Amino acid sequence: MPADTDVPLIVEMRGITIRFPGVLALDNVDFSLRPGEIHSLMGENGAGKSTLIKALTGVYAIDSGSIMVSGEHQSFVTTADAQAAGISTVYQEINLCPNLSVGENVMLGHEKRGRFGIDWKSTFEEAEHHMASLGLDVDSRSILESHSIAIQQLIAISRAMVLDAKVLILDEPTSSLDRGEVEQLFGVIRSLRDRGVAILFVSHFLEQVYEISDRITVLRNGQLVGEHLVEELPRDALVAEMIGRELDDLTAISASAGREVDRTGTPVLRAAGLGKRGMLESADVSVYDGEVVGLAGLLGSGRTELVRLLYGADRPDTGEIDVAGVRQRVQSPRHAMARGMAFSSENRRAEGVVSDLTVAENMILGIQAQRGWLRRVRKSEQDAVVGEYMEALGVRPADPTMPAGNLSGGNQQKVLLARWLATAPELLILDEPTRGIDVGAKADIQRKVAELSAQGLSVIFISSELEEVLRIAQRVVVMRDRRSIGELESSKVNLDHLIDYIAHKEGSVLQ
Amino acid sequence: MTAIIKHRLFWPASALVVLITVNMLANASFARITVRDGHLYGALIDILRQSAPLMLVALGMTLVIATRGIDLSVGAIMAVSGAVALTIIDGSEDPGGFGTIMIAILVALLVSLVLGAWNGFLVSVLGIQPIIATLVLMLAGRGTALLITSGEITTVVSAPFKQIASGYLVILPVAFFIWVAAVVVVGVVERRTALGMLTEAVGINPEASRLAGVRSRGIIWTAYIASGVLAGVAGIIYSSNTMAADANSAGYLIELYAILAVVLGGTSLMGGKFSIAGTVIGVLIVQTLESTILFLGVAPAKSPVFFALVVIFVVLVQSPRVHRWGRSVFGSSRTSSAPDEDAEKKEVAA
Ligand SMILES: Nc1ncnc2c1ncn2[C@@H]1O[C@H](COP(=O)(O)OP(=O)(O)OP(=O)(O)O)[C@@H](O)[C@H]1O
Ligand SMILES: [Mg+2]
Repeated sequence: MPADTDVPLIVEMRGITIRFPGVLALDNVDFSLRPGEIHSLMGENGAGKSTLIKALTGVYAIDSGSIMVSGEHQSFVTTADAQAAGISTVYQEINLCPNLSVGENVMLGHEKRGRFGIDWKSTFEEAEHHMASLGLDVDSRSILESHSIAIQQLIAISRAMVLDAKVLILDEPTSSLDRGEVEQLFGVIRSLRDRGVAILFVSHFLEQVYEISDRITVLRNGQLVGEHLVEELPRDALVAEMIGRELDDLTAISASAGREVDRTGTPVLRAAGLGKRGMLESADVSVYDGEVVGLAGLLGSGRTELVRLLYGADRPDTGEIDVAGVRQRVQSPRHAMARGMAFSSENRRAEGVVSDLTVAENMILGIQAQRGWLRRVRKSEQDAVVGEYMEALGVRPADPTMPAGNLSGGNQQKVLLARWLATAPELLILDEPTRGIDVGAKADIQRKVAELSAQGLSVIFISSELEEVLRIAQRVVVMRDRRSIGELESSKVNLDHLIDYIAHKEGSVLQ
Repeated sequence: MTAIIKHRLFWPASALVVLITVNMLANASFARITVRDGHLYGALIDILRQSAPLMLVALGMTLVIATRGIDLSVGAIMAVSGAVALTIIDGSEDPGGFGTIMIAILVALLVSLVLGAWNGFLVSVLGIQPIIATLVLMLAGRGTALLITSGEITTVVSAPFKQIASGYLVILPVAFFIWVAAVVVVGVVERRTALGMLTEAVGINPEASRLAGVRSRGIIWTAYIASGVLAGVAGIIYSSNTMAADANSAGYLIELYAILAVVLGGTSLMGGKFSIAGTVIGVLIVQTLESTILFLGVAPAKSPVFFALVVIFVVLVQSPRVHRWGRSVFGSSRTSSAPDEDAEKKEVAA
């Protein structure tokens, strides 16, 4: 049911301008939403998508322009005002209370009242009902923090649906979901659309955007580039509008998967039977010099848990780890770093960026920690490191003195990558490194990984985007139900095969 | 102009200037400085001298707060440190001797260091909440000080020891030089090495710091040790001023004034970014205010209320939310457009 152009607009933003110190985040942008449409907002990292959303929902005050909601001028001062006007939002960085229960998070501010204050029983039931509509089966009395990011993301979405909203805004809701969950979410989104809700959707996955959208608005550098019906905008035209040029093709990177790796010597890292109660049953993995090993599996299959044990972020109960052939007890991240490892967590906000420190300080944090506090990284050295990675990874705005928390999500990810590359590791563990990264930058990061591994860096690469795993990893370790269940040579499998294997289709088990 | 207003120390510094100006208007003699025997005297000089204990304690508190912690035990550590020093001097054959005084000071500081290390152990190794961990010593410390002095108020006569709080070096009080030296040392150690940055990283995001390989345990521990030692120095100055080890009144409530000074100076209680210069200004504000009460002759019964009113005013003047409200009421154009919390964090901690 494509949106009708004649219906009155539910949201109409005109001439929106927002300026942050040193950055013109939005420059005279127009944007509108119609009831019953799914409208995607597209643009590179830092283009201003999240800022536009925050302008609409009252998080940021606008410097100029006007906002009309349901035909009335609005200037929301708080997000509660926006909610009262029927706008419900899931922000890019999960915005829940980690130490409250799931149910409390979902229902916060909308608890059911009984005769004696809050009726917790029916509040929790209602929360479970909302979660069930997303196919989410979690105990609403469990603590939010105890769930993976993906589950938290789904919980945040359930929370947004508690409000009976006329407008639902989803800023990169699918970045940590797997295929099945995305389908489930899309089903819910479509049925909301069919009930007349206007949906604003942001994602860097072009397939998803084309699958779900009726209309697309493109921003570049804070400016409006265009608004199109999805049928009228072919994919390459969209990319060209987003990045202002044609995208270089990815064939150079695909060569990475086919590169021969010498596996006769001692592996850089070998783990056997690694496990920890409640986290991981048992997993085996080995990585050789200059090899990229992908970890593939569904959410909750134990990929993140495995690499956390390898890096010493958690301590294993069972199993053994050899680093360069020597048995090790990796007791802490410090230990792991001293043995040449680096680990970039999937949870950028909680475990990555130190938001109030500057971009430069964030980039050198790893090196500085290795040296200890007495030997401060010199200014000239810092400038060299920062200059190199700003350039190589294309961090924007290229202002090293900005607090890292003010960067757009994708750019924060690049800063973290810089932090780890700067420590010159022998083994780089990347957990969802391209999550929330735009098409152009994603290619940049993949290219960088391929290039470094060709020069001898070993990499463990986790991504829910299987195409990406097959493109840069020479070998893929498949995980299921908190175990490693086998390995595949990427040059010998195709995507469908890998998907079948992960999902455990009969006859797909090899080797 | 806007650059000055936006500077994080603009509001604290203005508050201090206003406070001093009000005093001068109320009584011109406030600003009078006289020279006697080559030494400077006057209300302003007194403020510089008397702020020493609070300054030292607030410096340590700044570091602890930067790690997301708090140290409630500083007043008690002051009492212990003073009791140890005076008891040693009291028990010595030669209470005026240089050697005796050096030993007294060293032992007192060593004890303070151990107490600080104890706090740090509870917080960083055992993971006890800072407020509870330091509450233990806050309550037990004064009792220990009483035990050291056998429950009496030990008074001693030792002219050289008395010089620490009341003496002069060249033209200014010794106590002033002591706190300036402490500020410089802490400033250099924090900002010339990476300690300050790593402390902030741990305070802002402990888990990210741990994964980045930062030794957070050591850094947190260091902050509590520094706080203990600085409180110990404060205790020595305090006891030198009274020349009596009074376990009950030494450093009484100083932890709260120190927290106040740190916050007035723009360091957030949420941890992270800290400002040593801000703390110096914060302490001077608190100390000037204390003097103001004396100077304006506010009746003792009314002085706590007076103090509280001024503090509330100073805090309000610094609040970004109040600034925004002021702008919307008085209708000048708005420049910053960051969200509530962000704006606060930025202006407080940037
Ligand atoms: N609070 C802030 N203070 C200063 N600058 C900011 C702030 N928030 C965003 N910016 C800047 O505004 C620009 C737009 O950021 P925004 O988060 O809207 O990008 P985005 O399109 O959502 O990117 P991404 O795809 O990476 O999420 C960026 O240059 C960013 O650095
Ligand atoms: Mg964004």
